[in-house]
Amino acid sequence: MAIMNMVQALNSAMDVLLSRDPDVLIFGEDVGYFGGVFRVTEGLQKRHGLTRCFDTPIGEAGIVAMGIGMAAYGLRPIIEIQFADYIYPAYDQIVSEAARLRYRSGGDFTAPITVRTPYGGGIFGGQTHSQSPEALFTHVAGLKTVIPSNPYDAKGLLISAVECDDPVIFLEPKRLYNGPFNGHHDRPVQPWSAHPASQVPDGHYVVPLGQAAIVRPGEAVTVLAYGAMVHVAMAAAQDSEIDAEVIDLRTLIPLDIETITASVRKTGRCVIVHEATRTSGFGAELSALVQEHCFHHLEAPIERVAGWDTPYPHAFEWDYFPGPARVTAALRRAMEG
Amino acid sequence: MKNSLPLSLHIPQPAARPGQEPDFSSVAVPPAGALPRPEIDVEPADIHAFAYGLIRVLDEDGQAVGAWNPRLAPQALREGLRAMMLTRAYDEGMYRVQRQGKISFYVKSTGEEAVAVAQAMALDREDMGFPTYRQQGLLIARGYPLPLMMGQVYSNQGDPLKGRQLPSMYSSKAYGFFSISGNLGTQFSQAVGWAMASAYRGDTRLAAAWIGDGATAEADFHHALTFASVYRAPVVLNIVNNQWAISSFQGIAGGERTTFAARAIGYGLPALRVDGNDFLAVHAATTWAAERARANLGATVIELFTYRAEGHSTSDDPSRYRPASEASRWPFGDPIERLSRHLIALGEWSEDQQADLKAEVEGLVKQTQRQVEALPPLNGPEGSLEPMFTEVYQDMPWHLARQRQEAEG
Ligand SMILES: Cc1ncc(C[n+]2csc(CCOP(=O)(O)OP(=O)(O)O)c2C)c(N)n1
Ligand SMILES: [Mg+2]
Repeated sequence: MAIMNMVQALNSAMDVLLSRDPDVLIFGEDVGYFGGVFRVTEGLQKRHGLTRCFDTPIGEAGIVAMGIGMAAYGLRPIIEIQFADYIYPAYDQIVSEAARLRYRSGGDFTAPITVRTPYGGGIFGGQTHSQSPEALFTHVAGLKTVIPSNPYDAKGLLISAVECDDPVIFLEPKRLYNGPFNGHHDRPVQPWSAHPASQVPDGHYVVPLGQAAIVRPGEAVTVLAYGAMVHVAMAAAQDSEIDAEVIDLRTLIPLDIETITASVRKTGRCVIVHEATRTSGFGAELSALVQEHCFHHLEAPIERVAGWDTPYPHAFEWDYFPGPARVTAALRRAMEG
Repeated sequence: MKNSLPLSLHIPQPAARPGQEPDFSSVAVPPAGALPRPEIDVEPADIHAFAYGLIRVLDEDGQAVGAWNPRLAPQALREGLRAMMLTRAYDEGMYRVQRQGKISFYVKSTGEEAVAVAQAMALDREDMGFPTYRQQGLLIARGYPLPLMMGQVYSNQGDPLKGRQLPSMYSSKAYGFFSISGNLGTQFSQAVGWAMASAYRGDTRLAAAWIGDGATAEADFHHALTFASVYRAPVVLNIVNNQWAISSFQGIAGGERTTFAARAIGYGLPALRVDGNDFLAVHAATTWAAERARANLGATVIELFTYRAEGHSTSDDPSRYRPASEASRWPFGDPIERLSRHLIALGEWSEDQQADLKAEVEGLVKQTQRQVEALPPLNGPEGSLEPMFTEVYQDMPWHLARQRQEAEG
């Protein structure tokens, strides 16, 4: 057991995977000697060798295609796309190829790739370093989509993702890499070391895909969140003094519908929070599911707090980022409704 | 035939890493003036050698030699020198304010100033540039107002882009500078479309596009060359090979066994490979490509062989992946020093004038900085959230209008 931030926990997951399985290899832009622009692969090339963790040309379509070819051969590629904002050139390879290879070949070929990519705002990255494109992947049959919110989960989920035989899109909330940011940007930055989820086992363990976590039990209202928004929701629950139950979804597809349903049936109210733009966001899917599964238990309209339907504007970082104030307001509306 | 030899995977490695001696022994340094200047209507197939050679005009003594000497008037040389020096001073100034926490991010073009400045001067004012984040020299050479440039970087009420873009991602239609996206490569192929539109309308304007060595690996690069070749688009396609793409050396982009200029050969396009730190050579090669395009002979690919003398951006620390002294060992020197030496050799410039000019451009940057810094932030008490919601669409749909209402409380 060691105290790790999210960067270290992800690094540890890959270190463990490289050590256990010679078929695991890592590639992406700047991940080799340099260790990645967020340092997530730091030291892995040195420790495991040049062919196990290496730099690629800057061509995301090519990077993912290479991964699919390797995975179909039998390897377990871990692909880093430097920012989720740069995954779009690879979208065709992910959607038309990786996602459907098993289905269209009758199980003859599979593509067990894991595509890791930092996403989300809070870093003044402007429109090309801040996006949250999860709904573009949850909409695609054949892909799993995973988003951790803390170091312990990040390691356990990444190991599960790589060991999973389906292609997995693994979105890393970059604002959480070095601390559990809760949206109160005007307050001192918290390190992970003060958070219980920074206690991370050194060796192999898994957090299974498809299992949500209740990170704050409560009776009054259910909050569904993932990534950085888990911490924002926790802050809002505290700020509002509303007895909210905060659920960290951890895996969007496959979704842990039991945990969600049980909670909303209990509270009768639901607030959904994500950074991504609102229209056709994953919150729309969650809202529909809650309505389908819990209609007779609902005592108020389902609330959605999401990014505005605009590109991510550089100067307006904190007007755009859905912070605790907006979640608190939604909690109040849900309680009044 | 069955293969009995176990295969092995090749991963390219740069010549030197931190702690090692910089090693440019594999970089050929041909003499200035060695290459002839072909006629602009030459068949691409007849000039393949230019994709592997290196057009150089300025020799070691600061003399302009050979057929590629553009024979620019001393006044034009002094203007070029000033634009390069202002670009460098501007970069230094913006780098400093980023370090002081006044702006979020910045990208310098140090060591590569000749690329944007000489090319801007060789092109016509009406030609549209599709630059990357490292061609700020285009705006400076074209006389774009410095306070507006800096306003964009400060992302405050002086920002013509209304705080929407990351610093360094300028846009100005009036100055022939296409909006920078931030996603690599995307605009290289758009430039071809712009050029085709000009041809379609029977206009006289060209397009010029820039891409880094690293980004040539994106499909957009290959789309640009294919489409430009097919439609003989009046476009100049520039590859700025500054040896590095963040931490990846140019071998990772496919430069280990060939040149970037040579990519053009497979597409049937002419290619010129140029000493990118030689203002005169860059100007001359660009003029050649522009003349060819203006004569309806189509696109040219130019590789500008240069060196990224500083970090990739303010987020980068190059000493983590390359020898710290590598920049100072670059065999092609510094573009500003070389042009200055040439002007002095011509008897058209002096050390004193050089020092005065340096002080002048640095003063201009400082003074502009004070002026721009005094402007209020976009989202402060005097600001409004309007720029966040407008211009997503031409007319704001109901859902966005409602979100704006909610945001403004
Ligand atoms: C599609 C895309 N992928 C990745 C990035 C991240 N990125 C920004 S700059 C850069 C390196 C570019 O190198 P090069 O093309 O050589 O240009 P240089 O920075 O050297 O001018 C990378 C990988 C990006 N901006 N867009
Ligand atoms: Mg480069």
